[in-house]
Amino acid sequence: MLQNTVLIPLLPLLSAVILIATAGRLPKRLVATLGAGSVGLSAILVAQLSIAWLDNPVPYSLHLWTWMSVGDFQPGIAFYVDGLTVVMMSVITGVGFLIHLYSTEFMQDDDDYSRYFTYMNLFVGAMLILVLADNLLLLYLGWEGVGVCSYLLVGFWYKDPANGAAARKAFIVTRIGDTAMALGLFLLFTELRTLEIQQLAAAANLQWEPGGNLPILACALLLGGAVGKSAQLPLHTWLPDAMAGPTPVSALIHAATMVTAGVYLIARTHALFLMAPPVMLAVAIIGVATLLLAAFTALNQTDIKRILAYSTISQIGYMFLALGVGAFSAGIFHLMTHAFFKALLFLAAGAVIHCLHHEHNIFRMGGLRTRLPVVFWSFLIGSAALAALPFTSGWYSKDEILLATWTMPWAGPWLWAGGILGAILTALYSFRLVFIVFWGEAKTEPDRQPEWRMAGPLALLCLLSVVGGFIAQPLDQVFPAHQPEHATGAVAWITMGIAILGVIVAYLIYLSKQWSVEAGLNSPGMSRLREFWYSGWGMDRFYDSLFVSPYKTLARIMRNEPIDQLYNGIVQLSLWLHGWLSDQQSGQLRRYAASMVVGLILLVAVLAGAR
Amino acid sequence: MGGLVVPLEHVLLLAGLLFICGLTGLMIRRNVIFILMSLEVMLNAAALAFVAAGAYWGEPDGQIIFLLILAVAAAEVSVGLGLVLQIQRRFKTLDLDQASRMGG
Amino acid sequence: MIPFLFYMAAAIALVSTVLALTRSNAAHALIYLIISLLAVAVVFFLLGAPFAAALEIVIYAGAIMVLFVFVIMMLNLGEEGDQRERGWLEPGVWIVPAILAAALMIETVAVISMTEGMTSGEMVSAKAVGIKLFGPYVLAVEIASMLLLAGLVGAYHVGRRLSERRRGGIS
Repeated sequence: MLQNTVLIPLLPLLSAVILIATAGRLPKRLVATLGAGSVGLSAILVAQLSIAWLDNPVPYSLHLWTWMSVGDFQPGIAFYVDGLTVVMMSVITGVGFLIHLYSTEFMQDDDDYSRYFTYMNLFVGAMLILVLADNLLLLYLGWEGVGVCSYLLVGFWYKDPANGAAARKAFIVTRIGDTAMALGLFLLFTELRTLEIQQLAAAANLQWEPGGNLPILACALLLGGAVGKSAQLPLHTWLPDAMAGPTPVSALIHAATMVTAGVYLIARTHALFLMAPPVMLAVAIIGVATLLLAAFTALNQTDIKRILAYSTISQIGYMFLALGVGAFSAGIFHLMTHAFFKALLFLAAGAVIHCLHHEHNIFRMGGLRTRLPVVFWSFLIGSAALAALPFTSGWYSKDEILLATWTMPWAGPWLWAGGILGAILTALYSFRLVFIVFWGEAKTEPDRQPEWRMAGPLALLCLLSVVGGFIAQPLDQVFPAHQPEHATGAVAWITMGIAILGVIVAYLIYLSKQWSVEAGLNSPGMSRLREFWYSGWGMDRFYDSLFVSPYKTLARIMRNEPIDQLYNGIVQLSLWLHGWLSDQQSGQLRRYAASMVVGLILLVAVLAGAR
Repeated sequence: MGGLVVPLEHVLLLAGLLFICGLTGLMIRRNVIFILMSLEVMLNAAALAFVAAGAYWGEPDGQIIFLLILAVAAAEVSVGLGLVLQIQRRFKTLDLDQASRMGG
Repeated sequence: MIPFLFYMAAAIALVSTVLALTRSNAAHALIYLIISLLAVAVVFFLLGAPFAAALEIVIYAGAIMVLFVFVIMMLNLGEEGDQRERGWLEPGVWIVPAILAAALMIETVAVISMTEGMTSGEMVSAKAVGIKLFGPYVLAVEIASMLLLAGLVGAYHVGRRLSERRRGGIS
């Protein structure tokens, strides 16, 4: 049974290879069967494996072969399965399969049907390798693999140059983090002589002092990689642009799985992070800062997918907050529930877009409650979970995070306050979206209804979003036993109920219009602030002027090859000297004599002067 | 017979002036024969400087170098005059400027 | 009396040299050059080098100058040669060499005026020269003989007529 672990990443990869080899010559029905079926089979295998494994929950590893052997550096193609892996695999294959199924209908009219499923399968395979890897090098392989797939899928509709630019941006910005992570791996290997995660933790405990410089540096570098991949401050700018890809891609890669890889990385190497308290604090602060920044931005967006993108950044901020305060299981719990409800939201948004002739602007939607009932209920449930309304899945996970945050020493209440503010904002922007899109008068008529292949996954994800909170995660053995305790009393009540406040405010402003905020919002100061928030706190412009423009200027200077100009100058000089010298070779004896005399004069002058 | 007692610098000055005369002639004249003559003058001036130095020290070495210079001058003139004849035959002129075939 | 003779001879040498190098007629120039060489021979003699003086007259003024005379006679330059030579000596040609010569002369005077001391006035006999020549300098004598041999061969080779060379098949 456990040997079947190998098949889990292999099936999607195999399907991808077949799809690559046939290069779009297969009929769409077969492509769909292959693409979705391989992931579905993987999901079934994962389910079997989970059931078998939960009977006897002991981590095991599976060494397939040695990847390379350089001195004492012998990373293997080896898998390691424990509770965390099982959770991640379930999310990836389960949500992944639903999204594949959804895609078979969503992408029905696209000419590049086969290419789409190639990339998607490749992505699932790479992501599974990422979570299965027992050493950081193999993890890095998966890490880069999903990065490439993300690039390919963001730029899927490559005929529009803007999509290509978005893809490049996603690739390059995450590359900054990846470089930091690679450096972190180098450091870990040179210091600890291994990259195997379990041995790494043991070796670090043996050789490093908690809070020392080396663990702080190593963890900071790994954090760099996590921040890039998970779109946290300051490398978050690529995610909103990544919405240029097809919506199921956004659901799978940029909401449910890949962007949470950073969270997974930190959770996986938590033994190292626990030895570097300053980095843990940094993780928490990055989380809070990101979740607030993204929430304020989401409040001002008009593109339905960009709102969801910013909400994703914000929710991953919560996960980082959880990791930072040491509540690893809460972080992974939120990762899972978030995968459910955010995939649901993206798929529902995709359905809206699909049925409304690719309309993205929420102010040109409206009144869809009765026209697209399936989508409406999906979206409502997804938003409720996102806003963490009581008894939805998001409520359980977010509560766990915030309650654990409160008890963190000295910074806890501040971080908690940030999280609470974020929770209100989350409720506000998610229900703003719901009220604007599904209530009010209809501005665009849908021209079709989602069929079963779209509706089915939506329904299943609705179910998961509601009951996801009750899924027990087998994470007890993975993370240290003494995770932060939960706050009780008033703090707990505020934490639990705060989302309702946000929904009420959203109701008053956007639906019943009892609170008229138009005048306030349109005042000069406020509109400038909104403009600022709308642009994502000016981060894009900031990076543009700080990095991109200087680089372009430099490139423009370099295009004229200034250094070559110097060499050309030397060439010109020697050519000129050559010409001059060769002119002296005139064959005129008297000129030779004269130049010898000149030399003689100089020589005598020098010698006489030296005396 | 007692030798001459004059300041050495006067003799050397004579040698230097003769040498410059020869050098100037070398630069001015175009005729090969005159150029050879200028060379003779210059060699002679150098020899004079050596003899003067020998007289200053009262040693025969100066005269010996003069002898060697004489040998050099003799060899040079014999070859040089041979070349003059060849130039005259080939170019029908003694103008060295016209005989320049090495122009860069 | 003797210093006067020296300065006299020096003046004659300089003047005749200048005249020799500014003549347009090669034969005249040669006569002036011989005078110059004779004056230098006098200087040698006065400096106490009678052997050098004798060789100066015999070889320089005698043998070498005779060679020149032969060549000038062979070339048979004549009156039109003189005309052409005068054309080549127009003032424009003088400017640059004159400036260079003047500069060199200033330097020479400046350098030489730094030396001090009088000539010894001793006579160095031919015997002393001969002893030294075939003693420590014997190698130089050998080299000089080789040089003269090379000069002889070279002059013979260069001086042949073209037709002879063709016949020899060299060119």
